[in-house]
Amino acid sequence: MTQKTRLTAQAEKTGSVTVIGSGIAGIQAALDVASSGFRVHLVEEKANVGGVMAQLDKTFPTNDCSSCMMGPKIAKLATHPDIEILAYTDVLGLNGEPGRFQVTLKKKARAVDPQKCVACNICAEKCPQKVPDPFNMHLQPRKAIYIPYPQAVPLVYTIDKEHCIYFKKGKCRVCEKVCNNKAILFDQEDEIITLETGALILAGGLELFDARRKQEYGYGRWPNVITSLQYERMLSAAGPFRGRIQRLSDGQRPGRIAWIQCVGSRDSHLGNDYCSSVCCMSATKQAMITREHSLDIDTTIFFIDMRAHGKGFDRFYERSASDNTVRYVRSLISRVVPNPEDDSLCITYCEPDRSLRDETYDMVVLSVGLCPNPSTVQLAKVIGVPLNEQGFIASQPLDIVATAKPGVYVCGGAQGPKDIPDSVQQGSSAAAQATAVLADSRGSLVAVPRSLPQRDVSAEAPSIGVFVCHCGVNIAGVVDVEAVADFARKLSNVTYATHCMFACSTDQLREMQQAISDHQLNRVVVASCTPRTHEPIFRKTLQEAGLNPYLFELANIREHDSWVHQAEPEAATQKAKELVRMSVSRARLLEPLYEGSYEVVQSALVIGGGLAGLSAALSFAQQGFEATLVERTAELGGNARTLAYTEDGSSPARYVQDLIEEVENQPLITVCKEAQVTSTVGSCGDFTSQIADKNGSRSISHGVVVVATGGQEYKPTEYLYGRHPRVVTQKEFEDLLQAAPEKAKQLQHVTMIQCVGSREPEFLYCSRVCCTAAVKNSLQLKTINPDAQISVLYRDIRTFGFKETAYLQARRQGVRFYRFELDRKPEVTRHADTLLVSVFDAQLQTTVQLPSDLVVLSAAIRPRPESRELAETLRLPLDEDGFFMEAHPKLRPLDFAAPGFFLCGLAQGPKFADESISQARGAVSRALAVLSRKKIATDSMINRVDAQLCRACGECEKACCFEAIKVKQVDSGRQQAVVTAAQCTGCGVCNVACPTGAASLAHYKDEQINRMIED
Amino acid sequence: MASDDQPQILAFVCNWCAYAGADLAGVSRIQYPTGVRLIRLMCTGRVNHGFLLKAFLKGADGLLVSG
Repeated sequence: MTQKTRLTAQAEKTGSVTVIGSGIAGIQAALDVASSGFRVHLVEEKANVGGVMAQLDKTFPTNDCSSCMMGPKIAKLATHPDIEILAYTDVLGLNGEPGRFQVTLKKKARAVDPQKCVACNICAEKCPQKVPDPFNMHLQPRKAIYIPYPQAVPLVYTIDKEHCIYFKKGKCRVCEKVCNNKAILFDQEDEIITLETGALILAGGLELFDARRKQEYGYGRWPNVITSLQYERMLSAAGPFRGRIQRLSDGQRPGRIAWIQCVGSRDSHLGNDYCSSVCCMSATKQAMITREHSLDIDTTIFFIDMRAHGKGFDRFYERSASDNTVRYVRSLISRVVPNPEDDSLCITYCEPDRSLRDETYDMVVLSVGLCPNPSTVQLAKVIGVPLNEQGFIASQPLDIVATAKPGVYVCGGAQGPKDIPDSVQQGSSAAAQATAVLADSRGSLVAVPRSLPQRDVSAEAPSIGVFVCHCGVNIAGVVDVEAVADFARKLSNVTYATHCMFACSTDQLREMQQAISDHQLNRVVVASCTPRTHEPIFRKTLQEAGLNPYLFELANIREHDSWVHQAEPEAATQKAKELVRMSVSRARLLEPLYEGSYEVVQSALVIGGGLAGLSAALSFAQQGFEATLVERTAELGGNARTLAYTEDGSSPARYVQDLIEEVENQPLITVCKEAQVTSTVGSCGDFTSQIADKNGSRSISHGVVVVATGGQEYKPTEYLYGRHPRVVTQKEFEDLLQAAPEKAKQLQHVTMIQCVGSREPEFLYCSRVCCTAAVKNSLQLKTINPDAQISVLYRDIRTFGFKETAYLQARRQGVRFYRFELDRKPEVTRHADTLLVSVFDAQLQTTVQLPSDLVVLSAAIRPRPESRELAETLRLPLDEDGFFMEAHPKLRPLDFAAPGFFLCGLAQGPKFADESISQARGAVSRALAVLSRKKIATDSMINRVDAQLCRACGECEKACCFEAIKVKQVDSGRQQAVVTAAQCTGCGVCNVACPTGAASLAHYKDEQINRMIED
Repeated sequence: MASDDQPQILAFVCNWCAYAGADLAGVSRIQYPTGVRLIRLMCTGRVNHGFLLKAFLKGADGLLVSG
């Protein structure tokens, strides 16, 4: 392509992506797209971003706090220069073609001016109208003018016009009267806008099943029957009851709580025949947390199959069931009967001996299923994207983020029910696919950072300005802010001190800039709220006033003072003074900090040439980056080569053949077969690796590493495997069905045994794919020979999500399912030249004898043994089961904790072929945040070493968890500790380890902290 | 540290968890005694013995390192 035509092609595509929906999937997609050189329009129909995850208390299987985990992501979203958040906005239409779409949007009028609203909450306090609060699942009312929760983004109030007295009756206007900033705009109008955008990502999420449709459980009639999301709000410390578990009928703490699973899931009568995938783990988590709140509360979960199919889930489930922490009862529940005397609830269930038993509970939690979001369904119709049978957006087999419409992608709950990590990795995957189409226009629409001149203050004595914020009445209602400002004025080096209504409002920020220039301030202290949300705003103001942004300090006199000492105004004022004094003391010693940067090697190293590795390499190439693919064996393709078909009608084996061809013909990809990575040194963006093959060793430079080393089928030692020709693994059976259907047709009695090598005490994980594989192969055999008798011996059937429909089909076609318990496993014995399988069926409570022509073992997925060696070479962690361990199981499933390293496919844990492909592209999307930049900025708040004081003892090196500081020979020839800026996280552990004080963390130096302690 | 009639407690807290926790306590309006002061660090790994001893010398009645 000539330079000129290339430029034309560039102009043809719009370098932006519109993400519709801002739950965790949409947020991840937006962040990934924006971090790889494209502009993002993030459209949200609700008033604020966050989706369902923002409503959760904790998340399984780590029981981490949901909003704490989300906080940093949302903060990044809110401050990203290339993300435009269009909340409270509907999509009206889509025109154009991939690369050049026009999206028409309606920005709904909030009746509040977002430029003026500072979220002081005075309007909501004074608003006389209480309305149901959907964020808190109607457990308590909110006001007609609202933000859903205090950390909401954008932090702007909205008038709920359906309930607002003024909008209904034309009178009231209380909010307008009390708003100090004149932010209320009753006559604000909806605005219709059209955006040019290159691609679309649908991330509209889910809706919960309406539990009233299951009348027999009495939701909406009996006060103590609540939904799982209501319970989540009840558990939340920030929720309506501040984390206190209580009955809605009388506010009393319940003694016994029951969970009923599959409410609105796996229910053909309701038309919801799929499994909602998350409820088993969600109920387990809720029950465990309930027991953490109080051991006096008995928790029982009534379930059909325990679906713990994700990474770490089985261990979580077993932990919850041990020591009788949570009681599990396997029984369908047909109804909940109320006792009007004390509002308790009676549940009848079936004992293993098939007798019926009644039990009384104080509260019943219905684990409601996940349904398509009606607005996504509506949107799909408007823009012409087909839905699947279940009403979710239909995606392509093996390309689960692609819709039927080119240029339009889908992720998260909009594509089907799924948990947070699956939503996050799909978000990343959709980002990779959407930007691949637009690769030529990368960087065309991103904001160019302004470089502002900075005043050199090194020769000046500290001249500190102190700004004390009223925050409406939030602070001034308790703390005497005037007195605090007067106090501050008398502190040494304070040249200027004032108090203001809202320090963060646009006009006050302008005044702050003016004060900096008028009074020649060179340090600023603001006494207001938390730096976690407001520090960036004030730092930016300093920058605009020509000061280094690090010459700033916040004293938190709201969250840590006025709000927590509401009844003690005097003591709170005294505390505010002291907090200001501490901050002023620190401010005197603050120093300007500057970011460093280094060049990025814009190419990737992909280790492993299976489905995941091939997909990753190709995805890098589609994005315009070179990749080196290293495969240990002589052949590419890995396990996928033998995966002839899937339950949803695709063929990974055929797919991978095409993929291999494409990769081998792709000029940007270098394939190294029979090769191994023997060493990797360097840091994120600038690595050097040694690759050894039979011709010797060579060195390559690259910016990122993707680990895709795969897994393998376990070779069983049990059930006569390897000792009898009629005992095979599921994979071998699949080969037989493909290669010799005539031979397979002869099989009359086939018995499959599940969980062979999975969910055992020493391998306490579920291999995720085997239940679906058994169902799929059963159906295939039934197609070849409809008379074949197939028996599947299982512990729990885990055909999660839409895979449930294949399980239903197998049952309908007469495949028999027998459930066994871990302590009474089936026995396989020789019987003439065939086999006899004997199993104690836990449901029937009787032993069943199954003469079998063939026994098929659903053998576990194991990590590859070589991963251990690779983990050592790359210094990457493995989990307890030997799979590679991601940075965070929920929100960073594709990243390693070490920057620049990413993972995907079976190397991370058992998964389906389509999930491996999706993860691979997601990992590429994560890596693009590094590769798409020419230079990487290093953090300024990192450790520095004083060469004069360092005696090269190496204590810092030993203490550092990030390999960011090492003793090396420096230019002068002497040994000294050297910091790798790219790897330093600024934790300060080396400062503590350093015996001489040579290591000194910028912005948190010893004297900067000591002075605060002294004051 | 200023002294007062109630115990003076100095807390060294990590920005990412305990400081956020204190923020949440504020947002939730959980009331606690006024003698608590927080020093925010990016990681409690930064806390050395010197800080703790100094705080006691300066009159702190109790210290909390939380991260």
